[in-house]
Amino acid sequence: MEGLLPDLDVIRKDFPILERMLAGGQPLVYLDSANTSQKPQVVIDTMVDHLERHNANIARAMHQLGAESTEAYEGARDKVAGFLNAPSRNEVIFTKNATEALNLLARTIDLGPGDNVVITEMEHHSNIVSWQLACERSGAELRWFGLTDDGRLDLGNADQLVDEHTKVLAFTWVSNMLGTINPVTDLVARAKAVGALSVIDASQAAPQLTVDVQAVGCDFLVFTGHKVCGPTGIGVLWGREELLNELPPFHGGGEMIETVTMARSTYAKAPHRFEAGTPPIVEAIGLGCAVDYLGHIGLDAIHRHEQAITAYALEGLQSVPGMTVLGPLDAAGRGGAISFELDGVHPHDIAQVLDSRGVAVRAGHHCAKPAHARFGVQSTTRMSSYLYTTPAEIDALVEGLHHTRSYFKVG
Amino acid sequence: MSAELDNLYQEIILDHYKNPHHKGLRDPFESEVHHVNPTCGDEVTLRVHLAEGVVQDVSYDSVGCSISQASASVLTDLVIGKPVDEAMSIHQTFLELMQGKGTVEPDEDVLEDGIAFAGVAKFPARVKCALLSWMAWKDATTQAQTEGVTP
Repeated sequence: MEGLLPDLDVIRKDFPILERMLAGGQPLVYLDSANTSQKPQVVIDTMVDHLERHNANIARAMHQLGAESTEAYEGARDKVAGFLNAPSRNEVIFTKNATEALNLLARTIDLGPGDNVVITEMEHHSNIVSWQLACERSGAELRWFGLTDDGRLDLGNADQLVDEHTKVLAFTWVSNMLGTINPVTDLVARAKAVGALSVIDASQAAPQLTVDVQAVGCDFLVFTGHKVCGPTGIGVLWGREELLNELPPFHGGGEMIETVTMARSTYAKAPHRFEAGTPPIVEAIGLGCAVDYLGHIGLDAIHRHEQAITAYALEGLQSVPGMTVLGPLDAAGRGGAISFELDGVHPHDIAQVLDSRGVAVRAGHHCAKPAHARFGVQSTTRMSSYLYTTPAEIDALVEGLHHTRSYFKVG
Repeated sequence: MSAELDNLYQEIILDHYKNPHHKGLRDPFESEVHHVNPTCGDEVTLRVHLAEGVVQDVSYDSVGCSISQASASVLTDLVIGKPVDEAMSIHQTFLELMQGKGTVEPDEDVLEDGIAFAGVAKFPARVKCALLSWMAWKDATTQAQTEGVTP
């Protein structure tokens, strides 16, 4: 099959969990990577090594371990800055996850009555609810782009939605439910044209596309560590340095200050301005290692692999009677997450039968209830591949779906 | 693993799923509740009609998986026509079965078709599915009683 990673067998050996046998002697077929990716041995080893040999708090411990720990943590920031092609390492802020990064922005960007915030109907709940809360607090208006029947952004009324009162245009690069890849540079240009800030949720994009913040030209971009082969508990907010330093602090505490008196404090500049308290040190170090790992394989090669697997999966799924795939049907315009419905069988029941065969997928609304409602469905089953996914695993999914239909005596 | 799957998806459950009993919203009723399983989005709207200390009717509209749908169907079979106290006691028995992690031996005299859900208790992710309508029923019944409309 064209486009697959040439060393797929070798890459799979990097992920120890892929050797895992499940109940009933079933080998694991992991198709839930849009939920969280698996971790390569090098990330696991890097984190263990840090905890075993270098553990200390950062930036405040005046001893050798403290210096080593600080160097490793700040080294991770350099690696992430490189991963994003950020002009400055000071623009990389470590957060708990993408959700916290979005909430940081929604809490600190100044909004008021008369302003509006524009999002889209295909956002993850984190990029909806955080702005709903911001609009409720400030009196700003929340607007959103609708979706076309084939699961793309409906830009028909874009000029009405994004106007001179728009303060923020926040959107996902790749939909976690529909798989749609959005026209990010066009959207950023629309924001720029009206003087609005652009915020990109790259949680699903960062694992599989080259993310170059300078090429995209956005103001802010967030992603999470655990979907790019890193650990949980670590996310990233990237923002243009001058903008970050204009924002008020988010959390108050240690490490985010210049000086503190009982009456008032002054605040550090980015990134420390937004990293109050002891950060997730070993998680950041694990993330740094993960983006190095992806960089070593190459995001272009990973993207080609995802497209090949996605095209193969779309073809296989269509062979199952009663199948409806939501979102774009051409692999070129979408990411590696495919949500679908199977006539007569509820997603939970599909996932349960697949699980009994070792095939791990996600069932539910995938934290995108409005996008589901748009297509009149309550929940879907979602398969999502990654750089370690093989065509044989897609075959196992498709066979499992045929079996599911016969198990529930459908058709 | 297939045996365990068959244990989860008992024929009785699949029968109730395909042909649910007492489904649809009906009048009269003293209380109506809407319960959601936030992790998966399963939903039920459920009405309770009580009179003279007896569960006269339980009607519902729901969307969800086979387990949650079959469970609503079995619930209505078990509680309609029963004195409220007895229905509450059946509720408690079903709850204990579901929360027993597969260690509770179900009592067929009390739970009838509900014993088919014994296998569900071994799948922690599905226990909430089985309990969705039961929790909604308890909530609706408590509301109907405290509002003092009946009995």
